Amino acid sequence: MTDIEHEIEQPDERAPKRVIGTPAPGTSMLGDGEPAARDAEVAGVTYQDETKARKAEKIVALCFTITFLAAIAFIISYVVFQVGSPEKTATSTLALGGSLTLALLGLAVGIVVWVRQIMPKYSLIQERHPMVSDEDTREVVAETFLQGAKESGFVKRPLLRRTLLLAAAPLGLIPLVLLRDLDNSKMPGAKFNETLRHTVWGEKTKEGKPLRLVVEGTGQPIRAADFNSPGGILSVVPEGYEHDLNALAKATLILIKFRADEIKSGTNLNWTHDGIVAYSKICTHVGCPAALYEQTTHHILCPCHQSTFDAADGAKVIFGPAARPLPQLPITVDDQGYLIAKGDFAVPPGPSYWERGDAEAEARSKGGHA
Amino acid sequence: MSSDLTTVPKGVAGPSNFLDERIGGANFLKRNLRKVFPDHWSFLLGEIALYAFILLLLTGTFLTLWFKPGMGEIAYNGSYAPLRGVMMSEAYASSLEISFDVRGGLLVRQMHHWAALLFVSGMMVHMLRVFFTGAYRKPRELNWLIGVLLLTLALVEGLTGYSLPDDLLSGAGLRITEGVAISLPLVGTYITFFLFGGEYPGEDIISRFYSLHILLIPGLILALVSAHLVLMWVQKHTQMPGKGRTNKNVVGAPFYPAFMAKAGAYTLFTFAVVAGLATFTQINPIWLFGPYTPADISAGSQPDWYMGFLEGSLRLMPSWEINLFGTSHAGTLPLSVIIPALVPLGLVMTGLALYPFLERWITGDHREHHIAERPRNNPHRTSIGMAAITFYGVLWLLGANDELSANFQISLNWTTYIGRVLVFVGPALAYIITYRVCLGLQRSDAAVVSHGVESGVIKRLPHGEFIEIHTPPADDIEAHVRGKEAVQMLPVEADGAGIPPKGMRGPLGKLRARMSRAYGGEKIALDEGHGHEDEHAAIGSGEDRSLTH
Amino acid sequence: MTRITAWRRHPLARYAVLILALALVGMVYTAFVQAGRPADAALASGKLDDVAAGKSLFEVHCASCHGMNAQGTSTGPTLIGVGAAAVDFQMSTGRMPASNPGAQVPRKPMAGWVTPDKIRQIGAFVQSLGGGPQVPGKEQVDPALGDAGKGGELFRANCIQCHNWAGAGGALTQGKYAPNLNQATPTQIYEAMATGPQAMPVFNDTTITPEEKRSMIAYITQVREQKDPGGFGLGRIGPVTEGLVGWVVGITALVLASIWITAKKRQKS
Repeated sequence: MTDIEHEIEQPDERAPKRVIGTPAPGTSMLGDGEPAARDAEVAGVTYQDETKARKAEKIVALCFTITFLAAIAFIISYVVFQVGSPEKTATSTLALGGSLTLALLGLAVGIVVWVRQIMPKYSLIQERHPMVSDEDTREVVAETFLQGAKESGFVKRPLLRRTLLLAAAPLGLIPLVLLRDLDNSKMPGAKFNETLRHTVWGEKTKEGKPLRLVVEGTGQPIRAADFNSPGGILSVVPEGYEHDLNALAKATLILIKFRADEIKSGTNLNWTHDGIVAYSKICTHVGCPAALYEQTTHHILCPCHQSTFDAADGAKVIFGPAARPLPQLPITVDDQGYLIAKGDFAVPPGPSYWERGDAEAEARSKGGHA
Repeated sequence: MSSDLTTVPKGVAGPSNFLDERIGGANFLKRNLRKVFPDHWSFLLGEIALYAFILLLLTGTFLTLWFKPGMGEIAYNGSYAPLRGVMMSEAYASSLEISFDVRGGLLVRQMHHWAALLFVSGMMVHMLRVFFTGAYRKPRELNWLIGVLLLTLALVEGLTGYSLPDDLLSGAGLRITEGVAISLPLVGTYITFFLFGGEYPGEDIISRFYSLHILLIPGLILALVSAHLVLMWVQKHTQMPGKGRTNKNVVGAPFYPAFMAKAGAYTLFTFAVVAGLATFTQINPIWLFGPYTPADISAGSQPDWYMGFLEGSLRLMPSWEINLFGTSHAGTLPLSVIIPALVPLGLVMTGLALYPFLERWITGDHREHHIAERPRNNPHRTSIGMAAITFYGVLWLLGANDELSANFQISLNWTTYIGRVLVFVGPALAYIITYRVCLGLQRSDAAVVSHGVESGVIKRLPHGEFIEIHTPPADDIEAHVRGKEAVQMLPVEADGAGIPPKGMRGPLGKLRARMSRAYGGEKIALDEGHGHEDEHAAIGSGEDRSLTH
Repeated sequence: MTRITAWRRHPLARYAVLILALALVGMVYTAFVQAGRPADAALASGKLDDVAAGKSLFEVHCASCHGMNAQGTSTGPTLIGVGAAAVDFQMSTGRMPASNPGAQVPRKPMAGWVTPDKIRQIGAFVQSLGGGPQVPGKEQVDPALGDAGKGGELFRANCIQCHNWAGAGGALTQGKYAPNLNQATPTQIYEAMATGPQAMPVFNDTTITPEEKRSMIAYITQVREQKDPGGFGLGRIGPVTEGLVGWVVGITALVLASIWITAKKRQKS
């Protein structure tokens, strides 16, 4: 060693990079080298300095008192502040929540100070033992198992064994069988497809007339002559089913007014009336109402997963996960000039399902339009 | 000042005597009152989920006192003016009643929702801690599996709870759930008709979800949480490497009184954070959403965060759909629904469940592990974890791409295009970067052990050269670093005749051997010197070492 | 039988009620018609100078994009038939005159030279070209006269898919967006519905009546002015910001707490 080395003062506080959660340097994990602790009968238990502990006790007491006061404040707030309007509820929530938070926080902080400053520092050591049991025990268990199996006669008597299995099989099925009536319509599975294929647009009113298109939210029928601003849209539901959620889940429409020259070949012109086109509002991806319409680009956007349809061109998919266009509803006007449905959708609206098949291709092959 | 106790007071002795005489409780307490729990901040992360769960049970019970899980239509006549006279379901009306007509109702509803968010976040950060420290290794694989099951149940519990208020936002979630369920091959329509009691939406789903949400799933979660804790108790907690800590002991604080008090304090902290969030930040303002109708939707309809990655994967997917058996027959496979709904979830959950067993298969490590591994010391595991986080994170982020687009002026379509690339490139990049970072950290560990720590003191050598004095690391730091253990590797070397060992033959065996060689082994040995020993002449003497105290 | 009940059962009562109701409807109607036609009235009452002044302003400030006769050019659409309401909306929100082309023209402070009078004059000029929606009168957009409950239903059926349940706005395709409704005045909301600015579709008065529009305005203004009862509203955009706060505030706070609880105190050597 050179002399120079001794002239240089060793840094007092060595500050190696500390890993969070590891003991700070200089803290002894095992309590060795600590000043002889008061009452230190147990190794690994280091008592706190009494003056510091006394100071900490005051802080803890203060915290606990805060909790006491905050809890009282909570009860008073409950009595004083009534709810009702958003404003009143805001005040009540703030008062109740504020006092509750303070009460909980006071107690939490108090206890942490108590543990850290008053309770001893611990570095107790406990032995671990392998989880596995010792050989003897395992042997005894194995023998016991064999003996029990023998005593029960389960192995020796095949008739007993087989009939028990036989008995268990249908018993296990009972809970499953019981679930069959979960479907309240109780229709056979073969009819699901048929049900999903039809909407109420195929039905007639009590007078035997086709259903009118009515404005969602007001229930007003729509005179074609009134819906005359190009770039206009309306959310439309079937007359008489304004509050039937099951019907709406398949039959809601988005009604769009175009200039005649805007409509492209994908749209079936026979199903439109004077530039008015009706598409299913139910997205063909997973069924959200696709209703964000941009009149400049004629895009219909579904806000859930951003499937984008070109409304001018038969609502074909131009972006996003939907695989099929929004079905177009054939519409016309009745003798009073109100928009009515000519019939049901040619293909099932809404999300795809196993039994659906390529209904669009099927409709086309029958000479129709999808 | 009062003096300490010298005898057990009557109030404690009486009941404990009663119990001991009947169930022999003292034997249990003798063994367990001073059970040692190791201390590390990250060991408390799982407790966030535990205490959030307790709070969920408490607040949830309060909510059931007013909530009516019915879908019958009624006209609202409660005190929230903008909705008065509007037709809505009983469920939605009673949720509004809780929010505006019950004192403390809104606070508790908000606490319930915030606690639910923290419940899942708590589980997730806890799971990441366990993963990155290898705390799932033998003998804790069972507890890991219970954890994976708990996470899955928590997602279902969240989904059912999200749907209960029957507002327009929750209805959108329900509609997407239906759209996904009906897309499943063969059984899709059956599942949907059975779940909804007929066609969507029907009048049953809220009451069915209600019984799942308040009885069945919480019951299962409670049972599994209990098993999780019992196993943890029996197996004793893992500990971080450090001075005096071995694979055969536990060093820490006793259950009674220290750990008990800490756990109590952390319970209160969790409750306080939830209460604070519920007081100052509004969550799920159902009165703004309006009642559910399948005809309407709002921009920015989003699931709660833990379902965000599924939402993102649905958004990223291109429009694929095939008809297996031609046009008019059954056999429609809406791949643009099935793939994003099932594959990422399946990958993440199956990957999590299988990881301990795959790792053991590759490393051939059948030993018990009680010392938590530092993430850098198993670089491949850490990189796999980071890649998975990136995969999940990209999907999660893209689940909010409409909000990103609206708030940061990015084209919605571009967020999708970028996301489609990132979801594959991101994890690969994360893997490479993490691996390099881990090795770098291992090198710096090696430097600390062999060179010491930079002291900040510059010394001039007699011949004029300047060097910085390195001082040896403190004992505990060194012990922490030296806790490193090489990742075990299968005996893959071929014998003298060039024949690989048994189990390493055949294509699968060869793959296993290659993976084992890559995954296992020591990447950077701790005592690997830098080859310039003379530069830190100031290190290493015995006297220096003593100065660390 | 009280006196009121006796009156109600009088044989003439039904006629009295009918006449009263008719009179009321008539009054309301006149109120609306008058409120609905300020520009027409201006035109009729000889304020033709507004049109002339508007024409010269138009030629200076608008014609470069919309053409000398508002017939439209490659950079700006035709303004024939868009009406004074469109001019008032675009100019009072600062969108027009537009500064830089982009996916969408944003709301901004009005240009220095723009005053309500000048907007009225340009509006009168554009109105004179081909008619179109008029600037609504004060009563026509008075939230106090609307039925917020009814308006809410219409708002949810027609508006929130783009503008969000609380009018916070949202994304559209290719960089376009539905703006936040918080800054829009009742008049501007009405004009936007009636004219369909930029990508927004049109909700004309014959399908969504002026009364219904007023109810929607009542709902929008009532909800946006309403205090958030549950604390800070987080932008009222729902689960995205909630999740962010849960992680950033909730988990961070709890991690800090766990570090504090388990931290070992440093002791001086």
